[in-house]
Amino acid sequence: MSDSDSMAGGSLVAEHEHGPELRHHFATVEQQREASTLGMWLFLATEIMFFGGLFCTYLIYRYWYYDEFAAGSRSINIWMGAINTGVLICSSLTVALSVRAAQTGKRKTLIVLLILTLLFGVAFLGIKGVEWYQKFEEHHVPGLNFSAADLIRDYPQLHIDPHHVQLYFSLYFAMTGLHALHMVIGIGVFLFLLYESWKGRYTPAYHTPIEIGGLYWHFVDIVWIYLFPLLYLIDRKPL
Amino acid sequence: MSSAALNPERPNYLNQEYGIRSWLLTVDHKRIALLYLLSITFFFFIGGFFALLIRLELLTPAGDLVQADTYNKLFTMHGMVMIFFFLIPSIPAVLGNFLVPLMIGAKDLAFPKINLLSWYLYIIGGVMMLHCILTGGVDTGWTFYTPFSTAFSNTRVIEAGLAIFIAGFSSILTGFNFVVTIHRMRAPGMTWTRLPLFIWAHYATSIIQLLGTPVLAATLVLVVLERGLHLGIFDPALGGDPLLFQHLFWFYSHPAVYIMILPSMGVVTEVIACFSRKRIFGYNFIAMSSIAIAVLGFLVWAHHMFVAGISLYSALVFSMLSYLVAVPSAIKVFNWTATMYKGSITFSTPMLYSFGFIGLFTMGGLTGLFLAALGIDVHVTDTYFVVAHFHYIMVGGAVMGYMAGIHFWWPKISGRMYPEAWGRLAALIVFLGFNLTFFPQFVLGYMGMPRRYWQYPPEFQVLNVLSTAGSTILAVGYLLPMIYFLWSMRYGKIADANPWHAAGLEWMTPSPPPTFNFDETPVVTWEAYDYANIPAPEEVPVER
Amino acid sequence: MFENFSMWPARASTTAGNVDALFIFLVALASFMSLAIFIMITVFAVRYRRRPGLEAEQIEGSHALEITWSVVPMFIFLFIFGWGAFIYFQERTPPQGAATVYVVAKQWMWKLQHEEGQREINELHVPVGRDVKMIMTSQDVIHSFYVPAFRIKQDVLPGRYTTAWFHATRPGTYHLFCAEYCGTQHSGMIGQVVVMEPAQYQAWLSGGGATGSMAQNGAAIFQQLGCSTCHRFDTQGRGPNLTGVFGSKVQLEDGRTVVADEEYVRESILSPASKVVSGFKPIMPVFQGIVSEDQLNALVAYVKSLSKPPAGAAATPGMKPQAEMQP
Repeated sequence: MSDSDSMAGGSLVAEHEHGPELRHHFATVEQQREASTLGMWLFLATEIMFFGGLFCTYLIYRYWYYDEFAAGSRSINIWMGAINTGVLICSSLTVALSVRAAQTGKRKTLIVLLILTLLFGVAFLGIKGVEWYQKFEEHHVPGLNFSAADLIRDYPQLHIDPHHVQLYFSLYFAMTGLHALHMVIGIGVFLFLLYESWKGRYTPAYHTPIEIGGLYWHFVDIVWIYLFPLLYLIDRKPL
Repeated sequence: MSSAALNPERPNYLNQEYGIRSWLLTVDHKRIALLYLLSITFFFFIGGFFALLIRLELLTPAGDLVQADTYNKLFTMHGMVMIFFFLIPSIPAVLGNFLVPLMIGAKDLAFPKINLLSWYLYIIGGVMMLHCILTGGVDTGWTFYTPFSTAFSNTRVIEAGLAIFIAGFSSILTGFNFVVTIHRMRAPGMTWTRLPLFIWAHYATSIIQLLGTPVLAATLVLVVLERGLHLGIFDPALGGDPLLFQHLFWFYSHPAVYIMILPSMGVVTEVIACFSRKRIFGYNFIAMSSIAIAVLGFLVWAHHMFVAGISLYSALVFSMLSYLVAVPSAIKVFNWTATMYKGSITFSTPMLYSFGFIGLFTMGGLTGLFLAALGIDVHVTDTYFVVAHFHYIMVGGAVMGYMAGIHFWWPKISGRMYPEAWGRLAALIVFLGFNLTFFPQFVLGYMGMPRRYWQYPPEFQVLNVLSTAGSTILAVGYLLPMIYFLWSMRYGKIADANPWHAAGLEWMTPSPPPTFNFDETPVVTWEAYDYANIPAPEEVPVER
Repeated sequence: MFENFSMWPARASTTAGNVDALFIFLVALASFMSLAIFIMITVFAVRYRRRPGLEAEQIEGSHALEITWSVVPMFIFLFIFGWGAFIYFQERTPPQGAATVYVVAKQWMWKLQHEEGQREINELHVPVGRDVKMIMTSQDVIHSFYVPAFRIKQDVLPGRYTTAWFHATRPGTYHLFCAEYCGTQHSGMIGQVVVMEPAQYQAWLSGGGATGSMAQNGAAIFQQLGCSTCHRFDTQGRGPNLTGVFGSKVQLEDGRTVVADEEYVRESILSPASKVVSGFKPIMPVFQGIVSEDQLNALVAYVKSLSKPPAGAAATPGMKPQAEMQP
């Protein structure tokens, strides 16, 4: 849709006084930025409802089958979970700093920070992959090779119904899997942002994609901050 | 106001570019609205075809037209197609997409590419659903209750669930586009209280789409995982709880019915104001009642579960809340009626459909009062009483509103008038056919005929025959507009910018509009429904 | 087609009359409101139809009207809510001393068993004038027990009990429908409730086929499965003495107190670790997968029989007295 047709004067911003990033259905750059930002917040609201459905299911079953959930929680690797939490928090730091770099026009800093963010993201996924593989070896993957025998043996003090333990692991994989999927998408988004930054597309006047990409990344981080205690820290006191 | 240019070759959004690529890769909200119009019409006829087969089977008490399994698939797929691929998109994706930017004075929606993406997601979901239908179908009921859907059904549940999951994202993206557009892209002077009530209705609808649909998405993911991997999330044999599924499902699916009805209430408001030549009575109350319906609609979901095994006390709470949500709808009906008082009324086709809407929605809504009464619901839930109730609202209400809107804005969309006499005839046929189809079902329900029954005891036959007869009449009523709208695109009288002399920014640009909607961005200095300052047409625009 | 045609269901229980009364009130209210709106619209449409010289009057609104037509409907609605809730409360509270019928639903039939031991398939014989309570569960998917003539309906779930009750008032034969879609033969899962005069019911009962009452069968299963090894009737058992337990409040080891109803007994057999009685160890084996639904129902009936009957309850004509197991 070229801008050479049908735009006769009126209240439109003069045709060539804005950068190429202004889409022509917007009147001003501010309007576009506000729309994009509001859009990302609304999208995050939908994500809260999406994860919320799963969290709700999780909370109900945890209340009903506390012992089985506690046993399941003890069996996942708290150190990998904790390291991953640290990794994500650091990545949110680099994201926040990258927004600052874009705001102040520091292109090289911006690129370095985006690369660091990506490295942290990949590290998170790598550690998660190792964790999942460990679960696979322990026969804790529902639908594949699930067996609760080792948990029943290891925790005689807890009342363990194998079906209810499987429920814990089903929810564990569903929730961390969905989170990991969002991380993968986030990495894709940030690769795109890295590419565009490298091409010099972001300036102090226009860096909205970095801001809203950052919002998305922070959200995925916050979901993890809830997942970690809920899944890993149910009941770690000595039995 | 641009002068009426009667030259149909003037550049507009339809003739700006030709070729299939220009349509399939368009980001113009008006073209996307037409893409939706074609696709949802297609699915409407698929769903309608299933309905006809259901009614034909039910002509006789015995199961003698199709087998039991086939019948179970028919009602399931009728429900899934009609709800997810027709009703939920219908007005927002067709009329909303077309009109929201025009009504607020914008050049397009906030995110045109996301708008196109939402259509493609709808198509992908729709193709998956078609594939599911053609390769064996699904027989769980549109409600997917567990453990039947996850552990007992032998049909293509996962495919149907995923099709709906994908279509759900289409719905979320549409809602999200509208909210941002309405917040950020109003023309100068278009304050919140000058917005047409159609916009308020779509705003409220979009809030529901944004907040409710993701919960359905999460639920469908769990159902698909459970069925595919034999997990036990909702299956009691494996430690799960079937009632949890119902809570999660209805948490979306109840607000979903408000997604289906609010937009048509918005349409009816516009039509009644125009054909009474009056400002709508109680603007603030209608606007606030839309928001109230959206909020309260999230609090009543377990009224679908009064006999499901929930506790008596939670049933009491949900029943009371269900009565509260009826109040804003009642307010709207009274306000529409009051708008006609001392108006100057024309019986155009959109107005006839609006009368039909008010009457049938009132009846459907009043029967909701029956269902919300706990003692009555125990007897009539899961019977034809519920089927009649929701068809009165969805077909008598939402679809009539949709038809009113299509007729009202057809000149704007196509640049042509439809033939008025045929329009009125079709409206009358639909009204009569509808009542004959669904009123007997209230009686059937109270008599005790359960829903989803392929065969039934003989004493229910007379009422079933009446209902089937009505459905054939209803089908004719829906076929007629298909024919005359197509006819009008070639032979209809050419429409000027404002054939109805209606208020609203969309009428201040030519019919059909240019690609960027307005030659100059409008600056609004007048109130909504400024009919005091808009002269009525010299004569009622009637195409004979 | 026209034989048996009617537009109102038979009314054969105490509940039916109450439900019909509210229904008729609502029909009257809805008719009145619909007619009022239809008439107003018609009158306005005709009176204010467009004609030369008639200008529309721009009326903004009226706060008084808006408040009136919000508040008045709301009070009417709350009144309806109250009435409906009252009926529902009665529907969901089975009276004390009701005779119990155990129902097991499965695709696609109803299996019913009287306490006296009679089994029925797709049919339920009951005497007129007697409270009857149904304890129901499903073997597979969700079903729903629906008798239109009694105006009662209750979903029947796998994995737990649900309850419904009625008090039949007219002899006759009435439809029993499954009202929750359950697969291929959902519409074939129908039967009948046969309400008989007490004398006829007595005759039907002694017609036989019963192999002992449910409680007696339950007692036998109790021995066979080894329950009596731990659940002794003295204080030496590794499990609680079950005399008088049913219907009483039970203190659990985690501090909670629960009422020992049918669901509690059922859960204690299928998943004993869920609720362990205070003072006892969680060593009861799990019987999930070992007992069938029929056996479970018999065991529940047996445990019930170990509680004293409520003081003053007269033996009902036609119903055999509950089995008593000598501790």
